[in-house]
Amino acid sequence: MSSDAIAIQPAEAAGRPWVETLHEWVTTVDHKRLGILYILYALFFLVIGGIEATVIRIQLMRPHNDFVSPQVFNRMFTMHGTTMIFFVAMPVLFGFANYLVPLMIGARDMAFPRLNAFSFWLTAFGGLLLYFSFVGGNGLYGAGNAPDVGWWAYAPLASRAFSPGHSSDYWTIALLASGFGSIGTAINIIATIISMRCPGMKLSRMPLLAWLNLVMSGMVLLAITPLSAAQLMLLVDRYLGGHFFDTQAGGSATLWMHFFWIFGHPEVYVLIIPCFAFASEIIPVFSRKPIFGYPVMVGATVCIAFVSMSVWAHHMFTIGMNSYANSFFTITTMAVGVPTGIKIFNWLGTMWGGKIQFKTPMLFCIGFLFQFLIAGLTGIMMASSPFDWQLSGSYFVVAHFHYVIVGGILFALFGAFYYWYPKITGRMLNESLGKLHFWLFLVGFHVTFDLMHIPGLLGMPRRIYTYEPGRGWDTLNFLVTIGAFIQGIATVVFVANLIISYFKGAMAGNDPWDAWTLEWSVSSPPPVYNFASIPRVASRRPLWDLKHPEDPDSRYE
Amino acid sequence: MSATTTPLPESPVAWKLPYRGRVGMACLIFAESAIFTIFVVAYLYYVGKSLTGPTPREVLETPIFYTICLLSSSLTIHFAGKLLERGRRGAFLLLWLLTIALGALFLYGTGQEWHRLIYEHGLTISTNLFGTTYYSLVGLHAFHVTAGLVMLSVVLFFGLAGRVGPEHSARVDVLSLYWHFVDAVWVVVFTVVYVLGR
Repeated sequence: MSSDAIAIQPAEAAGRPWVETLHEWVTTVDHKRLGILYILYALFFLVIGGIEATVIRIQLMRPHNDFVSPQVFNRMFTMHGTTMIFFVAMPVLFGFANYLVPLMIGARDMAFPRLNAFSFWLTAFGGLLLYFSFVGGNGLYGAGNAPDVGWWAYAPLASRAFSPGHSSDYWTIALLASGFGSIGTAINIIATIISMRCPGMKLSRMPLLAWLNLVMSGMVLLAITPLSAAQLMLLVDRYLGGHFFDTQAGGSATLWMHFFWIFGHPEVYVLIIPCFAFASEIIPVFSRKPIFGYPVMVGATVCIAFVSMSVWAHHMFTIGMNSYANSFFTITTMAVGVPTGIKIFNWLGTMWGGKIQFKTPMLFCIGFLFQFLIAGLTGIMMASSPFDWQLSGSYFVVAHFHYVIVGGILFALFGAFYYWYPKITGRMLNESLGKLHFWLFLVGFHVTFDLMHIPGLLGMPRRIYTYEPGRGWDTLNFLVTIGAFIQGIATVVFVANLIISYFKGAMAGNDPWDAWTLEWSVSSPPPVYNFASIPRVASRRPLWDLKHPEDPDSRYE
Repeated sequence: MSATTTPLPESPVAWKLPYRGRVGMACLIFAESAIFTIFVVAYLYYVGKSLTGPTPREVLETPIFYTICLLSSSLTIHFAGKLLERGRRGAFLLLWLLTIALGALFLYGTGQEWHRLIYEHGLTISTNLFGTTYYSLVGLHAFHVTAGLVMLSVVLFFGLAGRVGPEHSARVDVLSLYWHFVDAVWVVVFTVVYVLGR
């Protein structure tokens, strides 16, 4: 298919001034370049957020440690959470969606290329604003620089009285800006998938990655917007003297919690659904079987999206809701486990009886599968409100959601990096370094987050900057920190692999994995226009049809 | 892959997908609805919870006339779109101008009401919970009307320069979708603030 790609090379004369290249990247509206910008931007913040996590872990390594002051510790966990969710996870997933969705559905670009660039730069601006707070957050009060009210900024902590200076304002405006960016990108992804599919690409033939990103984008529209609205209210409170969350004037702190978690819980699914998408593309290719239960996968995803919109208050069992609310949110939360279980079953069904190739992307996906299962199980434990009353706000919760975000989301993401890096750069990532990265990260992850459950069960609260010795937490915390360092080393291996392979990696060719979706039909990296002529598909696996004209999938549809 | 190199048996079928502009605007409306929902929930949650006056019952007057203005602008923009589709540019511009005038009149009504509330009743955004929620919700809507008016005016200027023809009908329809949304939101805001909220 690539053979008929028009041989137009971008005018890349060797001695072009770097300013020109930079100008091209800054002004680009190409979905592939914007995708790469999103991903690089997220990787940059991943390193920063990782450093913040390391500071937290060094501080908690032993009791009565004074590596950082309590004030700095508060800033570190606030910035770590905010950075990792809004400026790592969201952009990197949008980056992959941007890069892959048009290629997978046979389109030449997103539906609104300029909106795409605008959304990226809004997000980028948001990240810069957040970190500018280290310089500008003091205000006139000398009140501490970076945001330090926790990533959910509960009222009244974020009000003027308790958060003087500008640190909370930077937090609010950064999230507002990046939130508008996210909404723009979500609109773009939906419009692209609905309106830009190539002929024959019916919804029932779309790659699961496109399907799941469609669902994810719909959730962004419904989940990010409450956060934006709540941020606007917080700004009214802080700047115009409003009383939305001002309990002194009859306002309600609980309302902020509701608004935040109406965003906060669906957000988890906004992040995990694209990772489901990666797994749904990678596992079939390395099991050499088509995905098991395609329609059920789509249905389960839509189901998760719906149910996850009605579970938010399981973050709030301890605020004292009535027994009906507690029961409702317990039941809905447990109900999310059903479609999620179906998905795990289907991935296992895909692997069952397949000729599994244990390449690095597959290893990460298998890790994702089992770790996400365990994360889901601790989630079910805490869905039961009495259990949650005991453990809410403890390190058990911290361990649980890191199991989801690191063990689930990050592992699937690493898999996606190893799988699509050849397409994006034209070179393979080094397989030995990849395996080293996987095993190191796996060990580090389990040392950190398996053990972290135990101090939580023993009563160690989250967000404390230090603790008394002799409570049975000391050794565990020490080991957790050791695990964090192992993960850090693994990440260095990963970044080194990205850089080394970019220059020295083996050439990938169009289709290094013998895969079945349209992005592998074009050259690596793809030409600016993606497809010389718009493809026409007749089944879910167009490349299989092309490679096996004697037995195409389209025959069985 | 071009048709010549494709061994796929599919016969060339008519392949028609929805217009991306409409899909994009529908998504935006969906997202905006969620934002308004949160503000409406906050408004309803705080009804009657202000610790000090003035209360809605004391100071609010139902803006019937301006509501009729805004709602009828939905009709004018709808027929303007129809006229453009049929190529009747002059009539289109006239109705378009009328839409803008009606929208501007509505904004004037909001401004007048705010002026009265601030200067006669001393109700500002920081007076009490009613003030906070009222100005936020009505202000958020007024902001959307303003944004709509700016976009409508851009079309008007291009129209006056003779640059808007039937070929732009689909795009004008997208804008008109937004304007209908702004009007529909006003129905909700009106119900919440002037009917339920008292």
